[in-house]
Amino acid sequence: MKLVKAIIRPDKVDAVRQAVNSAGISGLTVTEVRGHGKQKGHTAVYRGQEYEVSLLPKMEVEVVAPDSLVADLVAAIIAAAKTGAIGDGRVFVIPVEKSYRIRTGELES
Amino acid sequence: MNQADTAWMLISTALVLLMTPALAFFYGGLVRSKNALNTMMMSFISFGFVGVLWAVVGYSLAFAPGNDWIGDLSRLFLRGVGLEAQGTIPHYLFMCYQGTFAIITAALISGAIVERMRFLAYVLFISLWALVVYSPIAHWVWGGGWLAKMGALDFAGGTVVHVNAGVAALVAAICVGKRRDFKAAALLPHNVPFTLLGAGLLWFGWFGFNAGSALAASTGAALAFTTTFLAPMGTLFVWTLLDYARSGKPTAVGAATGIVVGLVAITPAAGFIGPMSAILLGAIAAVPSYVGLVWRAKTSLDDSLDVVAAHGVGGTVGALLTGVFAQKGLNGVADGLLFGNPAQLGIQAVAVAAAIVYSGVMSFVLLKIIGAVIPLRADVDGESVGLDLAEHGEEAYTHSGTQSAAA
Repeated sequence: MKLVKAIIRPDKVDAVRQAVNSAGISGLTVTEVRGHGKQKGHTAVYRGQEYEVSLLPKMEVEVVAPDSLVADLVAAIIAAAKTGAIGDGRVFVIPVEKSYRIRTGELES
Repeated sequence: MNQADTAWMLISTALVLLMTPALAFFYGGLVRSKNALNTMMMSFISFGFVGVLWAVVGYSLAFAPGNDWIGDLSRLFLRGVGLEAQGTIPHYLFMCYQGTFAIITAALISGAIVERMRFLAYVLFISLWALVVYSPIAHWVWGGGWLAKMGALDFAGGTVVHVNAGVAALVAAICVGKRRDFKAAALLPHNVPFTLLGAGLLWFGWFGFNAGSALAASTGAALAFTTTFLAPMGTLFVWTLLDYARSGKPTAVGAATGIVVGLVAITPAAGFIGPMSAILLGAIAAVPSYVGLVWRAKTSLDDSLDVVAAHGVGGTVGALLTGVFAQKGLNGVADGLLFGNPAQLGIQAVAVAAAIVYSGVMSFVLLKIIGAVIPLRADVDGESVGLDLAEHGEEAYTHSGTQSAAA
């Protein structure tokens, strides 16, 4: 089992959610995050003061998937989140040791 | 007694009262979320302290006969003030109307010291300031004092309210000192829509402030209404062009600020000048405040919400331009420089200078006295965690699940 963690553009959340669903996964968690990779920030002006906005708003999508689906899932997320410009984000695949369902307490494999 | 005048002044008084909550929104939107309640409370608390003191002592110091410098104590606890006519309206109503001015003038100062001043020290300061600084200057101009006798024109308080508060704000920003993370962190507005809402409500209330200062439902009130309608439009026009020229983007915070600067500038002139002069006055006033604001940001002066640039500079420009654009044909009182009376400009300059010197010196003395008794500043931890929690034990924005019930 793997945790697939994708940092994506905020306006790509809907497309990625649909891609995850079509890859056969029913659950996901979305978090508002800020960060930057190679992307440069932009300048904001409030009153007399200029500010560099270097940490840009991104969304983090977390999906847990069985090993057999991971390759397709990652491909689907990349296809959905891609614009081709700097700032599209990253996808990480992380091993998951165990996963429990709180409602029933059952250990999923 | 006149019923139409009374009706208009009842409404005007409520309009001006609304300006203090409006100011709370204007200022509250410009600070970080951890200080939002504290900043808004600095406006609201003026009702409780300056408002009570006004009825008990302040009104007498400002409007009782007294001498050229200050009113006497004959109207302490509103003694001798009743439902009899003061002008053409009930005396109680006149007292309330003037009280709303004292309340907001004191609250204006808070913009210079937000995010670091100890709340108790602030409350002590504005309470004493309203009596020691505001009341005498109000007496000079509106209570039959020396500036009134000299012929200084200040329709609704350019000198009494805005120059006065602007100078006190400058002194307070210096005495309290800059925020610990000033220039080290991004001190961003947390809710610009609040600031726009505040600016809109301030404009609405300002019709009571300026047109109400005619103290009658009269042609003079209609003139003041017209100039209060037009001047901020002129300021917003020029402010937007300046924003475009400087950064290529007309900012919302800039628009809110520009409107307030226009309102400040027209305040002393409201009932004295014509409509085209008002647009021009508003347009001219945009430039020094805009330049002052941009320049201030480059200095180490942490006048956090630019009270000096908006109210000090805007009020000064407005008071001086009153002496330029005043038109006796309209106001029945005096002409200005453009209408053949250059001496008026000199009188206006004396009034502004007097307010700057008196307010500057006395605000400094008051802050030094209070600072000798209790610290003016919140402690390091309070400033870091935010004054909402540190001073009030509350937060403006809470999220369910982040707190648990106390045992």
